[in-house]
Amino acid sequence: MALKGKKRCVAVVDQKTCVACGCCVKVCPCQAIRIVQGVVAQIAGEACVGCGRCAQECPASVIELREVQA
Amino acid sequence: MKKHWYDYLWIASLLYLLLGFFNILFAWLGLLCFFIPLVFSVARGSKGYCNRYCGRGQLFGLLGGGFGLSRRKNVPQWMKSHYFRYGFLAFFLIMFFLMLWNTYLVFAGAQDLKQTVTLLWSFRLPWNWAYQGTLFHPGVAQFAFGFYSIMLTSTILGLITMLLFKPRSWCVYCPMGTMTQLICKARRGNRA
Repeated sequence: MALKGKKRCVAVVDQKTCVACGCCVKVCPCQAIRIVQGVVAQIAGEACVGCGRCAQECPASVIELREVQA
Repeated sequence: MKKHWYDYLWIASLLYLLLGFFNILFAWLGLLCFFIPLVFSVARGSKGYCNRYCGRGQLFGLLGGGFGLSRRKNVPQWMKSHYFRYGFLAFFLIMFFLMLWNTYLVFAGAQDLKQTVTLLWSFRLPWNWAYQGTLFHPGVAQFAFGFYSIMLTSTILGLITMLLFKPRSWCVYCPMGTMTQLICKARRGNRA
């Protein structure tokens, strides 16, 4: 109840343009990212702390931080 | 984060490029960078090579990130479009088969060995100091010169985009990366 109405940031991948290089996986401090079947990066929203390191590292700049309900 | 042995594969990539200046036949080792990613994608349906073992990507990451040689700007939109990525892959494959054709001509005796390295598919540089003649057929050396040209060209392109954009911008349009992702997509499609 204490978190009701609060927002937090999570990283979101644009799945259409992700090149699945795995640079994001390497820098994620929470091991919240994995490359699914060599096609696209997938971020586990509940594990992501929204630090933005993956977005900074992504060579294709296809990861962005979005606010979601906590 | 804990470092693993494969985090140091950038040394192998650097060594590979340097060895080509001394003996061109070392260029044959570059085939590993072609076959290992293909094996990963075909046999396991993963981009495990890109994700973990690509020494070239690590080298760009180190130079651009660690040494701060990159402007860290976003790559332009067109560079990550499917048109460009697949177009570059097609161009790369055409040039690769052209290189194989030239190798065949030397093996067949229809063409003499050219001791040159061609950069960016246009600039032919004399490279005769790296070839002293071997026990092998000149065609073996011709393949080495051609393959090293491809490896050096892609390194130069990767370095340029590393400087201009993000450290590992090469990964966005790397033909091997695009090809293995396509294979993985096809595998996923077949299994779905």
